Amino acid sequence: MITRLNATQELEGLRQQILASRNQDTLRITVCCGTGCIAQGAKKVVEAFKRELSAQNVNAEVAELKETGCHGFCEQGPIVVIRPQDIFYKKVQVEDVPKIVARTIINGEVMERLLYSVPGNKKEKCTQESQIPFYAKQERVVFKNNAYIDPTSIEDYIAVGGYASLVKVLTTLQSQQVIDTIIDSGLRGRGGGGFPTGWKWQSSKDAAGDIKFVVCNCDEGDPGAFMDRSIMEGNPHLVLEGMLIAAYAVGNVSEAYIYIRNEYPYALKHAYKAIEDAKAYGLLGDNILSTGFNLDIKICRGGGAFVCGESTALMASIEGKVGEPRAKYVHTSEKGLWGRPTVLNNVETLANVPVIFEKGVEWYKSIGTEGSKGTKVFALVGKVNNTGLVEVPMGISLREVIMDIGGGVPNKKQFKAVQTGGPSGGCLPESKLDLAVDFDELTKNGSMMGSGAMVVMDERNCMVDTARYFIEFLEEESCGKCTPCREGLRAIRNILMDICSGKAELEDIDRLEKLCLAVTEGSLCQLGGTAANPVLSSLKYFRSEYEEHITNKYCRAGVCKDLIAFYIKDNCPGCVLCYKACPTWAIIYNGKGVPVTLIQDKCTKCGACLDVCNLDALEVRSVYDNR
Amino acid sequence: MSKQVEALDMQEVLAKVNPVLEKHGYDDGMLVGILQDVQAQFNYLPREALIAVAQRLGIALSRVFSVATFFKAFSLTPRGRHQLQVCMGTACHVRGAARILEKFETQIGIKAGQTSEDMKYTLETVGCVGACALGPLVVLDNEFEGHLTVDKIEPILERLD
Repeated sequence: MITRLNATQELEGLRQQILASRNQDTLRITVCCGTGCIAQGAKKVVEAFKRELSAQNVNAEVAELKETGCHGFCEQGPIVVIRPQDIFYKKVQVEDVPKIVARTIINGEVMERLLYSVPGNKKEKCTQESQIPFYAKQERVVFKNNAYIDPTSIEDYIAVGGYASLVKVLTTLQSQQVIDTIIDSGLRGRGGGGFPTGWKWQSSKDAAGDIKFVVCNCDEGDPGAFMDRSIMEGNPHLVLEGMLIAAYAVGNVSEAYIYIRNEYPYALKHAYKAIEDAKAYGLLGDNILSTGFNLDIKICRGGGAFVCGESTALMASIEGKVGEPRAKYVHTSEKGLWGRPTVLNNVETLANVPVIFEKGVEWYKSIGTEGSKGTKVFALVGKVNNTGLVEVPMGISLREVIMDIGGGVPNKKQFKAVQTGGPSGGCLPESKLDLAVDFDELTKNGSMMGSGAMVVMDERNCMVDTARYFIEFLEEESCGKCTPCREGLRAIRNILMDICSGKAELEDIDRLEKLCLAVTEGSLCQLGGTAANPVLSSLKYFRSEYEEHITNKYCRAGVCKDLIAFYIKDNCPGCVLCYKACPTWAIIYNGKGVPVTLIQDKCTKCGACLDVCNLDALEVRSVYDNR
Repeated sequence: MSKQVEALDMQEVLAKVNPVLEKHGYDDGMLVGILQDVQAQFNYLPREALIAVAQRLGIALSRVFSVATFFKAFSLTPRGRHQLQVCMGTACHVRGAARILEKFETQIGIKAGQTSEDMKYTLETVGCVGACALGPLVVLDNEFEGHLTVDKIEPILERLD
C-alpha cells in the first residue's frame, strides 16, 4: 500500500519506517538477475530458491530472496551472494540450490565448490566478493547499490538513501546553485563526448523559452557496451533521480523522456515500473513532494538504429520521424526536441548526479584525474578472462583494468590490442597499456573513451579484419544523409576487403588514409566524423599487418580466409581437440601420439581448430607459400 | 524470397491497429512506438496496417513508410515461426561470430535477413545484445544461446519444431 508523500521531510520518515520493518538478522539471498545472468539461467535459480525455501521450511524472517540488478561479473553467472556475510557463489545451477539452502542458509556452512578461485590457483578460494581480484580494484560509485537492491522495489532504493539527494536539492539549493555544483564537480558526459555536464545544463537554462525538455539517452548502440543497460535495469530510480535534479536545475521542464533500446526488455520493464512507483509516492508527476515542482517522464523505445545515439537523430526519432541527424549550428541545448531547449544526458551521467549531491562535491572531485573526475564503468569484453562490467576511478591504467581486474587473456594466447570507444574509437597496442584511462589521454593516443566498451583482442584477431568489421558496421548504420559518410565508408570498406583478400597494392594504404580524412572532415555528425578512427588507429599501431597482407599475402592471425591455409605441425600429439571442433570433418584422426591429418580440400579455414589447439601444433601459412 | 503476400482484410487489420493507436493517444510523435506495437500484433508490418496507421493519424503514408523502412526493428515481410538473431557485436565478432553466422546460413540455406521458404526460420543479425560474456551467441525466440561453437548449431536447429 503506497501513501503519497506530501512533504519533503516525509521521505526520511518513510525510510526509517522501511528500515524498521526489516529484520536486520534476516539473511538476504541476492540472485543477480541482470541480462547476462538471466541468459545463463538466473531466473530458474530464483524459482528453485522459492521452491526450496518453502520445502525446507525457511521462513521470511530467516532468509529473504532478492532478485537484484547486474553484479557485473557476467563471466561467472548466475551469481548468488548471501548477505550480510557476503558469501559469493558463482555459476550456480538449479541443482545446487537445495544444498545451498540446507547447508549455507540453515547450517551456516560455506560451500567450497561454488566459491571463486583465482585462475591458476585452484586451492585459494575467495569466500567474499571483496576478496575476488575482479572486485578488489574497482571503485563502485554509480554501481554500488546494483547488487543490493531489487530494481522493481522503490522501497529498496529509498532504504539505501534514494531520493535524499533530490530532497536536498529541492529544499536547500536554488537551480543555479545546482548547476554550479555540477560544473564544480567536473562531471563530463559519459556517453562518449565527454562534454562538461554542468555547462550543458547552463546553456539550456540560459536559452530563452518557457518549455524545455530533459532527455535520457539509453539507446546504447555501441556493440560491446552494456553499462547503461545494466544501470537502467539494476537501479532505474537512480537515473530518475538524476533526471529530476537535471529538470529542476534547468527550469521550465515539466516533461522528460527516456529513450531506451527495444533490445533491452528488462531495462524497459524496470523503467516503466520505476516511473509508476515514483508517481505513486509523489516523487514524480505534479507537485512533487508538495514543492510545486512538476515533472512527468515518458519512455520512448528505440527502433534499432545506431545513428540515434546522435543527439539530433535521437530527438527526431522521439518526434516520430526518421532518425537522421541535422547540422548543429544551433546546439540542441538551445533548440532540440520540437525546437525547444533540450538537455540530453546519457544514463551513466545522470546516475552520477545524485551521488554528487549525496557525498559532496569535494569527495567526488577527489576521485579521478585533473580533467576527468569520478569513475567510469567499462564493459570489459572479448578475449579476456573476466568478462563483465567494471567501475574504476578515472586515471587507472589500461593494464590494471585488463590484466588485474580482467585477469588477462585466456587460453595462454598473446595479448594483441584493446579497442576502446566502440566503432568510433581505436585500437591500442601492448605498448600503450600503461596509459591512464581518461577522456583526454585516450583521445591523444588516437582512440577515445566512447561509452566505455573495452574489447580485448589476442593474437588470433586480425587488425585489418577488425577495421573492416567496424567500417562495415558503420556503413550499414550510416543514415545515408551525407555523401562522404555514405559513399566514403563504402569505398573504405572496398579497399579493406581488397587487403583482406590479397588484391590490394601498397598505394591503397595511402588512398585509405586520404579517404579517411575526407570522411572525417566531410561528415555532418559524429558517426561519420569518427568513423575512420578504427582504420587510422590500426594503421598507426599495426601498419606492418596491413603491409603483410598486401606484400606477403599473409594474415598472421589466421583470419583472412583468402590468404591462408592451415597446416599440422610434427609436434601434434593427436589429442583430438581440433578433430572434435572441425565443422567440416576436414581433420582425420590417426591414433594417439600421431599427428592428425588435415585435408585441405575439405577445410573451410574457419579457424575452429586454431582456437582450440593449445599445444601450438597448427601453423598458419600463406596460400601462396608452397613449402 | 519475393513471395506474393495476400491482401489482408481491412476490418481485421483495423481491429488490431485501433487499440494500439488508442493506447498512444493518436499521437503521431509516438510513431516509432506505435509501429513497434503494431508489429507485435502481426509479427511484421503489413501494407494494410501502414495505410491504416497513416489514415488514422492523419499523416502522409510516405512518412509512415520512411520510418518503417529506416529502423532495423521493422520488417515489411512476414517473419518465420522462429526468430534467430545472431549477435554481431564486437565482443562476439572477436570470438568468431562470423563463423557462427556462416554455419547458420549454410545449415538453413538462407542468408541473414531472409526467411526460409517453409516460414520456419527468420535469420537476422543484431548489433549487440549486451550479453558479451556469453559470446558468440544467438538470440533464439528471445532466449539466449551462448558460448556457441559451430558444432552446436545443428542440434539447436533440430530442436525447433
